[in-house]
Parts: sequence; C-alpha cells; structure tokens
Amino acid sequence: MMSSTTTIRPFLRLAGLEPLIVRPEMNFVNIGERTNVTGSKKFARLIRDNKYEEALSVARQQVENGAQILDVNMDDALLEGEKAMQTFLNLLQSEPDIAKIPVMIDSSKFSIIEAGLKCVQGKCIVNSISMKEGEDKFIEQAIICKSYGAAVIVMAFDESGQADTLRKKVDISERAYKILTERVGFDPQDIIFDPNIFAIATGIEEHNNYAVDFIEAIKEIKQKMPLTRISGGVSNMSFSFRGNETVREAMHSVFLYHAIRAGMDMGIVNAGQLVVYDEIEPNLRKLCEDVILNRDPEGTDKLLAFAETVKAKGKAEVKDEAWRKGTVEARLSHSLVNGITDYIDADTEEARQKYPKPLDVIEGPLMAGMNIVGDLFGSGKMFLPQVVKSARVMKKSVAVLTPYIEAEKEQRRQAHLAAGTNNSEAAGAPKILLATVKGDVHDIGKNIVGVVLGCNGYDIIDLGVMVPTDKILETARREKVDIIGLSGLITPSLDEMVHVAREMKRQDFELPLLIGGATTSRMHTAVKIAPEFSKGVVHVLDASRSVTVVGSLLNKDQKAAFLQGIGTEYQRLKEDFANKKTAKQYLSFAAAQENKVKINWDSFKPVPPTFTGTRAFDGYDLCEIAEFIDWGPFFIAWELHGKFPQILTDEKVGVEATRLYNDARALLDKIIKEKWLTARAVIGFWPANSDGKDTVWVDTAAGNTRADAPVREGTRLEFLRQQVKKAPGQPNMSLSDFILPAEKGKRDHIGAFAVTMQGIEEHIKRFEAHFDDYNKIMLQALADRLAEAFTELLHARVRKEFWAYAGEEHLSNDQLIREEYLGIRPAPGYPACPDHTEKRKLFTMLDATRQTGIVLTESLAMFPASSVSGWYFANPESKYFGVGKIEKDQVEDYARRKGMPLEEVERWLRPVLEYD
Amino acid sequence: MSTIQDCLKHRILIIDGAMGTMIQRHKPTEAVYRGERFKDWHTDVKNNSDILNLTQPAIIGGIHREYLEAGADIIETNTFASTSIPQSDYGLEPYVTEMALAGARLAREAADEYTKKDPSRPRFVAGAIGPMNKTLSLSPDVNNPGFRSVTFDEVANAYYEEVAALVEGKVDLLLIETIFDTLNAKAAIYAIKKYFRDTGKKELPIMISGTITDASGRTLSGQTLEAFYVSVAHARPLSVGLNCALGAAEMRSHIEELSQIAACYTSAYPNAGLPNAMGEYDEQPEQTAHFIEEWAANGWVNIVGGCCGTTPDHIRHIAQHVASIAPRTLPVMESELI
Repeated sequence: MMSSTTTIRPFLRLAGLEPLIVRPEMNFVNIGERTNVTGSKKFARLIRDNKYEEALSVARQQVENGAQILDVNMDDALLEGEKAMQTFLNLLQSEPDIAKIPVMIDSSKFSIIEAGLKCVQGKCIVNSISMKEGEDKFIEQAIICKSYGAAVIVMAFDESGQADTLRKKVDISERAYKILTERVGFDPQDIIFDPNIFAIATGIEEHNNYAVDFIEAIKEIKQKMPLTRISGGVSNMSFSFRGNETVREAMHSVFLYHAIRAGMDMGIVNAGQLVVYDEIEPNLRKLCEDVILNRDPEGTDKLLAFAETVKAKGKAEVKDEAWRKGTVEARLSHSLVNGITDYIDADTEEARQKYPKPLDVIEGPLMAGMNIVGDLFGSGKMFLPQVVKSARVMKKSVAVLTPYIEAEKEQRRQAHLAAGTNNSEAAGAPKILLATVKGDVHDIGKNIVGVVLGCNGYDIIDLGVMVPTDKILETARREKVDIIGLSGLITPSLDEMVHVAREMKRQDFELPLLIGGATTSRMHTAVKIAPEFSKGVVHVLDASRSVTVVGSLLNKDQKAAFLQGIGTEYQRLKEDFANKKTAKQYLSFAAAQENKVKINWDSFKPVPPTFTGTRAFDGYDLCEIAEFIDWGPFFIAWELHGKFPQILTDEKVGVEATRLYNDARALLDKIIKEKWLTARAVIGFWPANSDGKDTVWVDTAAGNTRADAPVREGTRLEFLRQQVKKAPGQPNMSLSDFILPAEKGKRDHIGAFAVTMQGIEEHIKRFEAHFDDYNKIMLQALADRLAEAFTELLHARVRKEFWAYAGEEHLSNDQLIREEYLGIRPAPGYPACPDHTEKRKLFTMLDATRQTGIVLTESLAMFPASSVSGWYFANPESKYFGVGKIEKDQVEDYARRKGMPLEEVERWLRPVLEYD
Repeated sequence: MSTIQDCLKHRILIIDGAMGTMIQRHKPTEAVYRGERFKDWHTDVKNNSDILNLTQPAIIGGIHREYLEAGADIIETNTFASTSIPQSDYGLEPYVTEMALAGARLAREAADEYTKKDPSRPRFVAGAIGPMNKTLSLSPDVNNPGFRSVTFDEVANAYYEEVAALVEGKVDLLLIETIFDTLNAKAAIYAIKKYFRDTGKKELPIMISGTITDASGRTLSGQTLEAFYVSVAHARPLSVGLNCALGAAEMRSHIEELSQIAACYTSAYPNAGLPNAMGEYDEQPEQTAHFIEEWAANGWVNIVGGCCGTTPDHIRHIAQHVASIAPRTLPVMESELI
C-alpha cells in the first residue's frame, strides 16, 4: 500500500474544532450574521445585559440554520468591546456544537480584533483590515493577523476613502494584494477582498450603480488574483428598505445570484432567511433586478411602490384511531404480528404487572409473538414491510420494560456486592455491527437489514452513514461484536470496503465480514474483497438472506462448512472472472474513437434552449411531483419483486404489496399536506460543442462567445468511450458523440440538473425516537422516489418547455418509465459516464450546493441521499448505454485531458478498468 | 555540513526517545534534584526534570549521548517545562532562562561531539518547547466555562523567554511538542515569530507535534487532526506530527491521515504502547519498531522516534528498521484551484 504522491491545492483553509476547506464546489459559504451587536438588536441587548449564556443560543441557531462561519461583532459604544469579545469567545469555546465552525472576528477597532484572536485556537478570519490609515498601519496589522495565523478580509479602503467605483475597488485590492503577498508574506488564498457593498435605491443618483460596480469588481479581481476570495456584507445593500423584509430578502437573493455568478465566495447573511431567486414573485424579481443592475432610471420608485403588497402562511396537523379485546398475551401477539403500535405501551405495562419479572414479558409473550413473525417470514407468508412493522412494536415494548430490567439488574448487583458473590449474568445476544462506509450516505438497505436481524434476536449496533474504517473496527473490538456488516451504494464505496477488509486482516480480526448494498455484487466481493481477508467475507444479496447467513456464521457446527462453501464458490467466480476477462476483445482507444456514433450532422438542426444559464426551483409542488412516481423500485426496496401495478394483485405478495402501497400513499399524502419535504432543483443549459472526440466544450459564462459561433473554450467536460470490440456496424459510444462537433461551424447545447428532497432529517429523528423503523424506512424510500419523480417531471418540462426540443411529446408515466422519450439525462458515476469526479464540474456549473443545498461528500456521494444529478442531451439519436470496461490507453489519455494524476483517475475508475 | 533540510530529502531522520524514563533509571532523590546549588530551596523540587540541567548536567548529558549512540539524528533539549508558568509551581521562575540555556548547551555539546566523529552524519538539536500546565482554551472551573487561569500574553511572554534562551544556546530547531491545546501552541508560534522579528536573527526551522489524546481522534481542546493542522500551518513548519498519549497502534490512522494533508514533512514519536495498570510502559523495542517500520514503508513519515516509555534501545531498533526505507515525499503544491 505505497502512498502515491499527494497533491495539495491552494484552497482557503479555516478551522474551528473542525476544518472548513473552501473548495470551488462549495460555491458559496454562508457567514452567520446574527452574533453581531450592530446587526441584531436581540444579540446586542443580551450582551449589554450580560446574558452571555443566552447570547450563545443565538450563535447556536446560526449554526443550526446552516452558517458555516460565525461572524462575531461587539462594536457598541456602550460596551467594552475587547472584554465583551473575549468573554463571548471564551464561552463559545466550551460549546462544541458551535465551536466546530470557524469564527470571523469582526470589528472596526483593531484592538478588539486582536483581543479576539487571543481566544481562538482555530484558524479565524479577521474582518477587516484596510489601508485607510496608510500603508504602514496596514502592514503592521497584517503582520499581527499573520502571526495569529488568521486569514484576512481586506476592505477596499485607502487613505482617500472607501472605494466607490469599479476602478478604485480593483486598484485598491491590487495594491493591497501586492503588499500582503510581497511584503508581509501572506499566502494569496488567505486573502479575502470585500469590495464594499453600498446601499442602493437611496434616491441619490450616484448610488444607483453601486451594485453593478461591486459585481464587475469581483470579476476583475478574480481574473487578476484568482486564488483570493471575495466576501461582503449583503444586507447593507438594501438598507433603504429597512422594515420591509420581503423586499430586502428579494433584493439580497437577486444580488447574490448575480454576485456569486461573478465569483463572490462568501457573504455575511442571515442563513435562515434567504429566498430562492426563482421563487421570488416574478414582478418583484424584475423590479429588484432593474434596481440592482441599474437598468431602469425609475427603478427605485417602482420598487418602493411595489413594496406594499405581501403576506404570510400557516400550518395544521391531524390524527387517527381503531380496534380492541382478549388476554394481554393475545393482544401483544396480535400487535406484533400485525404491526400495531397504538396500544403497545398500555399492554406492555399490563403484562409487566401480571408477570413476576419484566424480563419474563420479553421471554414470554413478546418472544412468542416474534417467533410467529419469524416463522411466517421464513416460510414466505410474511414480507419485509410487515416484519419491519413488527420490529417497531417489539422495540417500543422493550423500551417500556428496559428501565425496570435495569433497575432489577442493579438490585442483583448490589445484592451480590453485599454478599460478596460473583455476578456472572449471561453475555446476551450475539452482536452485529452495521455501517455505511466512509464517503457514502445511503442507508435504506442497511436499516432494513438491521431491523430484520434485530427481529431475529440479534443485538444490532448501527454506526450510521459515512463511518471511517477506524471507527468501525474500534467499535467492533470494544463492543466485542460477532459480525461486521458493511453497506454502500456508490462505486467509490467498493474501494472503501476493500480497505476495511485489508485493515481487518492487518489487525488480525477473526470475525466474518458481510458485504451488502446496491453497488456491491457477489462477483466484486469474490474478486476484490474476499482475497483481502481470510476469516470469511460473504456477500449478502438482501435482508431476508441476511438472516440465514448470520445464522450459519454464528452456529459453531455450521460455520466452517458454510465458509468453506462460500470460499469454493468465490474461488470459482474469481477464476471465471479471470477467464472471461481475456475472452473479450478490446480496441485501441484510437480505433474506438474512429468507430464513434455516426450522426448526419450536416442535416442536423440544433434546437437552442429557451434560456441559457441556470434556473432554480424551491418548494416545487410535491403533489405534482407525486404524479410522476415510478413505484417499481419502491417495492424492490422492500424486497417485494414484481411489476407495478400487477404486484398489487399478485397471488403471493399481492395482499401485502397492497397494504404497503396504501401505507405509502397515506404517508405520501401526509408528506405532501404537511410539507415534510422541500423539493429543490436547479437546471441549466449552456452553449456547447464537442471536439469531435471525447471532450465537450461548454461556454458556462454564456455570452462570452459570439452568438451561434461554435464553442471552443470554457469548461471542458470529459467523457469515456466504450472500448470493447463491437459487432460490425455497431459504434463504440461516448456521450460526446451526441454533441455537435465544433468543426461543423454551428453551436449546440448541453444541459444539466440537480434535484433533491430536503428536510427529511427531523422526521427521521422523530421516527427513530419512537422506535418506528417502518415509517423511517418508508419515508426514506418515498423521498428517493420523489427525487426520481421530480427528475422525471423536470426532464419532461425540459423537453417540452425549457429546451423545447420535443414540443409534440405526449407520453404516459409508463412510457416515461420505459424511457420512450427523446434525449437522455445520464448521471456522472453511472454506466454512460462512470467518472464521479465530473460531478464537481456539474455542481460548479449549476452552483448546485447553493441553489439546492446538496453537498458532495469526499466520495462524491450527494447528501441528502435523496438527490439526483446529471446531464441533459437533446440529440434525438442520443441513448443510454454502458461504457463497460476500458483499457489503459484511454485512461492515460483521459487523465491527461482532465489534468489529474493517473493514479487518482484509476482510483475513481477502478470498477471500469479492464486491467488491474 | 549538510543542513537538516538536505538530510530530510534523502532519508528518514530519527528523533530521540523519552527523557523522563531515562532520568528515572537513575532513581534520583530529592537531594539529587536539588544538587549543591538548591540544597536549601524553600520547597521540594523532586520530579522537576528541567532543574537537572543546572544541578546534574552529567546525568542529562549522559542521556543525550546514549540516544546519539543509539542512532538519533535529532536530540531534544531537556527544556520541556523551562518556562515561567510551570516553574512557578516550584518558585523557580527567576531561573528559567538559565535552565533553558543550560539545557540547550548540554544537548549542543553532545550533538557536536557525535557530528565530529562522523561529519557525514550531522546531529541536530531541537529546542523542546512543552505545552505548559495551564491552558488557554479550557476553563479549570467547570462551573465557569468562560474562565481562563492564564492569558495569551502571559503564555506568549513565557515562551518568548524560553525561545531566546534556546536560540542563545545554539539549538538548530525549535520543537513545539505535546500540544494538547492548540491555542497554547499558537502562542508559542507567535512568540517565536516575534522573537525573530525583534532580533532580526535568521529564523530557525520549527517542528510542530500535536497530541491526540484518546480514541475520539481529537486533541484535548477538541480539534480534529485536520483542524489542528490548519490552525498551526501559519508557522510554515519544517515538520508537523504527533507524539505522546497514544502508542503506535493507536496513532497509526492519524499518521496516515496527516501524511495526506500535511504540506510539510511529517514526524511521529509515539509512546511505548499504552501504560499498564501500574502506569508503566511495556511495549518492547522491536514491537514499537515494527509498527513504525510499516508507516515508513507506506511512505507516511519523515522523522520518527519515541515518547514516554521509550529508551535508547527503542530508538536503536527504530533506526535499524527504517534505515533502508525511503522517506515520505513532499506533496505537490498546486498553484491553481482546479
């Protein structure tokens, strides 16, 4: 395991208790503004009244609302600023949930800044220093900031005053940059410019172009000093609309939309209060735009006139009820088998009083009920959704009994202590540790496995998602678990699983390792994971299979034979794989490129989209989205196999499928009615041409090139091409084949999208608190379906309305599911373009993190898990395909094109490499 | 003579092992600590290792020579607590400059002796700067989390004094080590930078070594490893690494991570395992060496050695095990964002 050479990029790096690396794909960093006595009356009052504890809750709220940096300002004439700053920051250090993010120390008095710097262990930002008192003072302050290791915001301010024109903003920034980098020794990436956001729409004509000057200044600064960052206090700009939050929020959002596109990296904003650009009432948006972009001399008056027309909304909630009679045992059993939780607390309590010991309730009626469930499941008479519901009932009942059991245990312990005897209580059920590996956020399947095994009497330790190897193994050791189960959905997770297996070998683990999750396979397990760890690696296809596998592994008599059987099977698979590998013939990359998809471009008329650039959607109507749900995968998630809607009347699973479907519809109605989830999306279109090979040039700064001229510069998207030798007449496809080559002299377009369902966490937490795995998994599965449905819906609107290349299309949902439409929407990381790293470009082009809240993990999984992203290709000949395996010559060319080290490319593409 | 930067390019350098463990081998009594000079001191000074620089220079010099003999390329001065704040426990604040200066000279003398024997293999002296017994990020009073028992300026001034003495004693490097509160380390960095600015002397290379205290993977003051690294990177250190609190087994994953994120050289000097019930370290030299050899083979480290519980024997084994292994290569620093 020699480490390959690492590369380190010049990102701005900050730290609280945790690091904050400002990478390009973050697009925009929110700086929380409420812990500022000049901006928040509440915070100012709390500080003045010495209520620092309460003031901390303001900070906590900012973090909870998504602030990534905390701006702290104590500039108040009534306060002793230095002392207030130190007191607050010292207290803040003792709150790990706040102190995890970096602090921005904000003051116009440098002594307050330095006082703050003396209290913070992490790497801060100083806000701000400038040349207003001359170069010497500036240098002195910069040296001090540097010796505390802080990054600095430099205000565009010099001896002659604050820069209010484009020219002055850029000139002052350049002068400061030169001084900081050449004379003070600052790293460029530790410099953040604030080119001054002034109030506009004040009625004074000279102020009208302030926002435009700021935006233009950003572009020029970024072009001249690309490693520096741009920040600004956004709320200044709308100062003249004080008191009218609707207009102010709209102005902020419109302003940010344009400023971020120009290169603004971070801003002081009220993280909880930003409206989405596309959701602003169109008339208001236009008025804001006119004022901000200074397009209408009457703009200010029109906006003022409009400002009087706005309102707010409300909420409501509902409940339901039914059934009752029989002995308490019968009732418990009935509740378990039928998954009814309504009476379980009362029934459990009744049983507890009836039986001599609380444990007797578990070992008696509850286990009897679960045995029935197990038998029914084992004989195929009960299905996964029901089992999960039963488990929920069981968990709830056990939760009622646990305090009593613990109290008894303690009594016995005390008795033993008093008597001086030994306490040797049974070790309890076998323990199974489950985790979704590092970099991956998907956990529906893992949750189901946990529940099913839990019902079968195993003690489940679920470490959740994105769990590093060390934590898995350390927990396994500490908790003395009997089996480790790993899950993952995206391809980089496969490598991570290999890593876990290797570490298990290195650390001499003896326990078996189970592999599961959508991206895993028996073949991958046999070829890549099993050879790394000899004490047993088993691929588990689904939750129902997990019970028998775990049973065999934990049975002393069966284990050896079982593992031997698996070993032989995997050995055979491995050999098959090696044989198969040589059987397929591959073309050289050059030959594959020659054999591209032949499209008659000369008769091709590219259809331009109705707009270029991006458009975001926030809070899209879930009701409309639900119409587009493809229910097939929903049933697969629950391990009920069959076509929808036939599955509802299926002889074997029909009844349960119908019940599950009804439950799902009911929950879906609730999700829609009570707005549990927020549908967010961003789509975009840009002029694009291919280079005739595998690169697509995209003009992301739309408008840079002459209209209709082909695109030969801008963002480069790189695609992979099939290399396996095809039957005569069959092309070796690459997605780039579906974009018009620049040499044809005309421009084509490409589109992209990112879609997500936000807001699932609080509901998941609530279900977890109620031990309700059934609804938790149901909700996760529905959120996935809704994200897919929203994607389908948007794609339809793209075809008919936004790109409008297929205006005549009338397709049923069934036809959509069968992909009978024109044009495709392949996703980076999936078969047609298996490289996940292109997703970074997609996110940058769409500004997707800011527009939708989706965050990319280090393995480039999207969080929240219910998210979809991909490219739009409109060409009528475009179709889905799998790239399949590729050879080293292509990978080398690809690495060169991407400017990425070969080893790194190979790491990301490992699943599709034809060679080792 | 080649500089430490030259040496680091070509091989893994060895830093010495524990000072405390070696002092204890002499089973020094209160009288030994006091020596002639402090025989009438008003308070006990037993276990104040740094006073031995003044009272028992032969013991300290002897330990340095044992480590040099075992193959250490870098030896640490016995000045871990030669600052006014910890020495105030003994009322010895007036002597800290003398203590640090004597500590530096003892190590200098020993190192020069060995460099002279084999000039092709220069030995270096690292001025050891410890974390102090008072911390800037943590309150000693659970009921008053905003309280601090010391200020940044007090800590920085104390370090400044020590740095001045170490530089005067001609150390080659300054080693800020066993950092469990990053803010104390930042005060040390602040003091070092200020000292060289004030005096106009040529800045000495800085080594930084943090301490991950337990399985949480964080420093005592709550930072993750990467947050810690980001927070001290402005020192532009020659190396950054980890020492103390953990044995090699527990330190491994952190060293792996650090090797991926550090722009400078990396160092690692773990304890000889975790202490047993008696507070003693049992890990045998070949065991420690075996762990460290694997790190070296993985290309994770540039400077290795030992902390609590390690002995010249540990260092000898470590040196032998990594002798033929190439050092970690420095990461490529990109100048563009994408």
